[in-house]
Amino acid sequence: MLGPLAAGLLGTLLPAFGHLPAAGLSGPSLEPFRNLFDWGGLPRAVILSVTTGLLATAISLLIVMLLTAGWSGTRAFRAVERLLSPLLSVPHAAAAFGLAFLIAPSGWLSRLTSPGLTGWDRPPDLLIVQDTWGLTMTAGLIIKEVPFLLLITLAALGQADAQRSVTISQALGYGRLTGWLKTVLPRVYAQIRPPVYVVLAYAMSVVDVAVILGPNTPPPLSVQIVKMMSDPNLAMRLEAAAAALLQLSLVIGALIFWRLGEVLAAWLGKHWIASGTRGRFDPMVARIALLAGAGSAIAVLLGLFVLAIWSFAGFWGFPDALPDSLTLRNWVRFGPGTLDALGETALIAVTVALAGLILTIGCLEAEYRYGLSFSQRAVWLLYLPLLIPQTAFLPGLQTLMLHLGADIGRGPVMLAHLVFVLPYVFLSLADPFRAWDARMGTIAAALGASPNGVLWRVRLPMLLRPILTTLAVGLAVSVGQYLPTLLIGGGRVATLTTEAVALASGGDRRAIAVYGLMQTGAALIPFMLALLIPALVWRNRKGLRHG
Amino acid sequence: MDKGLSLRDVTIFKQGKALLSVTHDIGSGEVLTVMGPSGVGKSTLLAFITGTLPTDFRAEGEVWLDGHNITNAAPHQRRVGILFQDDLLFPHLSVGANLAFGLKPGGSSAARQAKINEALQEVDLDGFADRDPATLSGGQKTRVALMRMLLSEPCGLLLDEPFSRLDAALRAQVRDMVFARAKARSLPVLMVTHDSDDAQAAGGEVITLGD
Repeated sequence: MLGPLAAGLLGTLLPAFGHLPAAGLSGPSLEPFRNLFDWGGLPRAVILSVTTGLLATAISLLIVMLLTAGWSGTRAFRAVERLLSPLLSVPHAAAAFGLAFLIAPSGWLSRLTSPGLTGWDRPPDLLIVQDTWGLTMTAGLIIKEVPFLLLITLAALGQADAQRSVTISQALGYGRLTGWLKTVLPRVYAQIRPPVYVVLAYAMSVVDVAVILGPNTPPPLSVQIVKMMSDPNLAMRLEAAAAALLQLSLVIGALIFWRLGEVLAAWLGKHWIASGTRGRFDPMVARIALLAGAGSAIAVLLGLFVLAIWSFAGFWGFPDALPDSLTLRNWVRFGPGTLDALGETALIAVTVALAGLILTIGCLEAEYRYGLSFSQRAVWLLYLPLLIPQTAFLPGLQTLMLHLGADIGRGPVMLAHLVFVLPYVFLSLADPFRAWDARMGTIAAALGASPNGVLWRVRLPMLLRPILTTLAVGLAVSVGQYLPTLLIGGGRVATLTTEAVALASGGDRRAIAVYGLMQTGAALIPFMLALLIPALVWRNRKGLRHG
Repeated sequence: MDKGLSLRDVTIFKQGKALLSVTHDIGSGEVLTVMGPSGVGKSTLLAFITGTLPTDFRAEGEVWLDGHNITNAAPHQRRVGILFQDDLLFPHLSVGANLAFGLKPGGSSAARQAKINEALQEVDLDGFADRDPATLSGGQKTRVALMRMLLSEPCGLLLDEPFSRLDAALRAQVRDMVFARAKARSLPVLMVTHDSDDAQAAGGEVITLGD
């Protein structure tokens, strides 16, 4: 999967230095960079990329760490965990629309409190959504990254022997939260570091959330790159390529900055541990973290709820808390269009998720049969497609494909999706696949089952639940892809996500609501099936109920 | 010697260092007990015989079973049966389907069903064919695991501390049953254990490793 990555980066590098034979240009020249630096919005666009990325990552990590530190193992934690896990599959775009419908000046929160509390009988003239500083965009990223980081942390906790460390530190007089931070965090952070970097790189270069919630004048750098790419003037592609290179170096710079931050945090942490403080403020900090975690889950859920109301809304005047009437008209009107997009989305997602699953099972089974093992370095290689900003190599890939005369359309889009789906599928299946008791394989072989027989008759049926969950992860990742579909599809592949994001500028809330809900459904329903099917198939098999 | 399980100059290495060396012939119906503390490589010896040696180990020497050199045979073609301390019944299959997994292919489905019922009768588990293995007691699971293994008609039997999870009362009973079934089928048995009661009950020769 590194092939498309390298090709894309090359396809970005050449035009950035003025080499684009398709447009009759050959380099090298610094003209593209000169044009880019002449653009007045550049400093603001760069600052936006950096601040939204760093803030979103830092805040979501802080919430997740404090939440886990203060509450893991308690009933409240189980409740928040159960609220957050299904939200992982809600596509970014749908969550962003939901948030916008919730907190905009004419959003639901404002309607619920007006005119009673606020005195507004018209939407106030406030720039909340698409605010100049990108704060709403940052919030939109946080509510989606908190569930992701929480699930990653939970997976890491299993291997960290966390509960006993906390028990010991509590016996030594430490508060639960401080004890966790001082004993468990260092081990857990070492394990979740790659996904944290992925969140940082993603948040800095996200396009769909930025289009929906981010500022317009100027937009964050990633959005500007996409704008330049869709400019009919081919020469703008050179500037886009230069901007993409700038984006790449920004992400690399931010990752280095983050790494330095880690070193500093570790140094401070050592002193803090050596100081022996027991954590006087634990209860207060823990309560704030719980509020933040629950709040982020509730924001997504309420957002989806508002989408649902809008999708059935008849006339809905401003300060009214609910529409005058509920109607099916919006669904009748936009339904057929969403069905077409759903078909395209499903075709791509199913193909890509299955391909990813088969490749992953092949890799893991080969690892098992031939006793190979992946080093820590190989794990980073797996994360690479998620660490390189999409805006840095997808434009290059598109340019390169144009240059080669390759047909832009569904097939290449599927390949591009696979680049992003495969790492998630692999990471999701690797642990349960490796955790399978290999003695089962020895027994089955001793009973005369061939290696393929062991795989098909014993291992895969036993792993039915994680396999279906993995498939659902693959589907959700593919459904949520915006940029690869847009750029590699050349605008001709219309999925629920590209259609929904395209509606953002129009502001037709009913259409957005219908598309956003369909998009959420396409990602969420496979997860429900992944829970339901094993429960039905193995309803008489107690030994597999918690596996 | 033709029948039986022979270990010829078997030496197991970990990172170039020899862990253990065994040369021994186990005749039909005989039991060899290998004793020693944990970490001495007892289970690794069994893994070498079943063909599932972990990659960080290396082994020299040959394993012969009933006159065939099986040292390099694929695990599923060795005809070596094994029981672990956990029953390791396949959790997705019913008790009957677990036994059918072991039963050699061929025969009508009625004949196969009859063989499975017969096997269940032999260990007093009549009518258990449709049960979920997770609902069985420890002793019942071990008996199913034993019959599943015997239905595959192995030519030799390996026991990897198979009784250590059972409580004392059950232990002697299950142990006697396993040895009786093995003797009835004239199987050579290699048992590793750290329990001297097991070794005594086996009644055969005892090798002690790693003193």
